[in-house]
Amino acid sequence: MTFNIIVLAKQVPDTRNVGKDAMKADGTVNRAALPAIFNPEDLNALEQALGIKDQYPGSKITVLTMGPVRAAEILREGLFRGADDGVLLTDRAFAGADTLATSYALSMAIRKIGSFDIILAGRQAIDGDTAQVGPQVAEKLGIPQITYAEEIQEIDSQKVRVKRRLENGVEIVECPLPALITVNNSARACRPRNAKLLQKYKHARTITERQAESIDYIDLYSSRPYLNLNEWSVVDVNADPKLCGLSGSPTKVKKIENVVFQAKESKRLTESDEEIEELMKELIRNHTIG
Amino acid sequence: MDNLFVYLEIEDGVVADVSLELLTKGRSLANQLGCKLEAVAIGGNLGTVEKQIFPYGVDVLHIFNDERLSPYTTLPHTSILVKLFKEEKPQICLLGATVIGRDLGPRVSSALGSGLTADCTSLEIGDHEDVKTKKVYKNLLYQIRPAFGGNIVAWIVNPDHRPQMATVREGVMKKEIYSPIYTGEIVEHNVNEYVSDEDFVVSIIDRHVEKSKVNIKNASIIVSGGYGVGSKENFQLLYELADVLGGEVGASRAAVDAGFAEHERQIGQTGVTVHPKLYIACGISGQIQHIAGMQDSSIIISINNDPYAPINNIADYVIVGDIERVIPKMIKYYKKNTK
Ligand SMILES: Cc1cc2nc3c(=O)[nH]c(=O)nc-3n(C[C@H](O)[C@H](O)[C@H](O)COP(=O)(O)OP(=O)(O)OC[C@H]3O[C@@H](n4cnc5c(N)ncnc54)[C@H](O)[C@@H]3O)c2cc1C
Ligand SMILES: Nc1ncnc2c1ncn2[C@@H]1O[C@H](COP(=O)(O)O)[C@@H](O)[C@H]1O
Repeated sequence: MTFNIIVLAKQVPDTRNVGKDAMKADGTVNRAALPAIFNPEDLNALEQALGIKDQYPGSKITVLTMGPVRAAEILREGLFRGADDGVLLTDRAFAGADTLATSYALSMAIRKIGSFDIILAGRQAIDGDTAQVGPQVAEKLGIPQITYAEEIQEIDSQKVRVKRRLENGVEIVECPLPALITVNNSARACRPRNAKLLQKYKHARTITERQAESIDYIDLYSSRPYLNLNEWSVVDVNADPKLCGLSGSPTKVKKIENVVFQAKESKRLTESDEEIEELMKELIRNHTIG
Repeated sequence: MDNLFVYLEIEDGVVADVSLELLTKGRSLANQLGCKLEAVAIGGNLGTVEKQIFPYGVDVLHIFNDERLSPYTTLPHTSILVKLFKEEKPQICLLGATVIGRDLGPRVSSALGSGLTADCTSLEIGDHEDVKTKKVYKNLLYQIRPAFGGNIVAWIVNPDHRPQMATVREGVMKKEIYSPIYTGEIVEHNVNEYVSDEDFVVSIIDRHVEKSKVNIKNASIIVSGGYGVGSKENFQLLYELADVLGGEVGASRAAVDAGFAEHERQIGQTGVTVHPKLYIACGISGQIQHIAGMQDSSIIISINNDPYAPINNIADYVIVGDIERVIPKMIKYYKKNTK
């Protein structure tokens, strides 16, 4: 028994570093200072896929991402960790997509990939924390979904059994295949890169990446077809351009506003014993504490 | 047509607070729009739902009563909302940004092709002019939320698609009885006209729901730690302070991401919203996503070794110093002066 698995992964700015060194003096983020990373929970999703492949050798994992050409970096990262194939969905017409337009584009790419048993996604991407794309893709494909998954406990050709992590508890659910599962960060962490796979795939490139490099080892790419990463446009996936990118996004940003917090009259203290004791006394006196 | 709908989250026949908060907000938006407020209850055991929600000003309650509909599973609830919305054509739909709302909302929005904005911190009504076409839209829902990229908030609108959908976290909106004697109309729907057998392919084998061990939502004193606390071990200092003051420990997302504290303790736009009488921010810089969840605290103390940390602007007391030295002193002088 083998499974065809698609992992949805997004390259995101490392928003966890905001505030540490990426703030500009005017209070906005210096995006260039933020590394672009594999969305953390998408790595948890990849690990669940790799677990299935460990159990059922011969299963195939395809990582699918929509983004700029640079997002091919995470496809290679996926290959280094054990994925079998990567697809980059890139086109100017995809730019400015909200979650709905994103899910439309991804669902069209999944239709082009064709057969699949399971789609794994992260619960949410850290640049928005919205957790919308997974369920929206599932609806577009007309398949059931399991969100907030922590562990795929059992899988056979008919169904999958999954442990979900709820706000205050856990749920074990069983669902027929094909299905889409979104994975939480409470799931096992992703295994590291594998040195052999790193050697094997380090030259994997999309066509645009190859064109941008000064020397193109044509022979290398024709003799080792697995080094050619798929790069698909709107036309390649038969998508309707009106439903993609900005024009396919029902949500529009009306305006962006800079927030200035009303500076309060605050009392400034040092860490000296006297000042801290005085503060505690004041808080006790006015019944804030005690 | 054109009314405002709220999806009710119901566990064991009890409507969740987040839904009541949305009804309160929904009532005031509906008054502004001059439309009705309608609520949707889906599940088994819905006997007392009407009593619970009518005082919040609900004009119409749609009931889908069927044992198979609780506990919640995605597909039947989706099918019901999608068909109901096709019939009723609401202009706005609000859901809680909970595990259920975040499972259901995107599914419904995808089926209807309507926009959905997650984790709004404010909702308002207003007009909108499209910059390109100059077309003017009257009375849209402004879905306001902090945006990534600094201290900025984005105002999001859905000009051309209905319903305009938004999720809101628990505690963000206030819950307030509109009128204790308010009553609306009840519409009992025939569930079988809305769901099919295929909607029940996912089965729940086992389910454990516990009362949350962490209760920061209702704590009146919160000692909250950020990335500046430095380590999980240092967070112990915060637990000690919270313990002597009778408070709870909260955290910023950076502290949660770094593994210093559990996710349930995250305060902010995508965590819990709190309104304590005292909030002590330890090693927290004060990014807007964090402030969104705690700015209504009565008194704010910031302990930060950076005198210019943004959080200091909204603090009543700013202690410029290192948490490792300041917190033990706070504990010491509290004990000394209360004995
Ligand atoms: C979509 C999205 C959603 C988000 N949701 C949330 C949310 O819900 N809640 C949330 O909190 N954040 C959220 N964030 C993250 C938010 O933008 C900030 O990155 C985060 O709040 C920063 O946490 P921090 O203040 O602990 O860390 P930092 O910004 O790194 O600040 C650390 C502070 O500690 C101080 N410090 C360092 N050492 C010491 C010491 N020894 N003693 C005293 N002070 C010290 C430093 O001066 C600094 O001010 C979200 C971000 C995104 C993109
Ligand atoms: N551009 C994208 N390309 C591939 N997968 C995506 C993309 N955007 C979102 N996803 C997937 O959907 C999940 C939820 O994203 P979001 O709704 O943005 O929080 C992510 O964890 C990814 O698995």
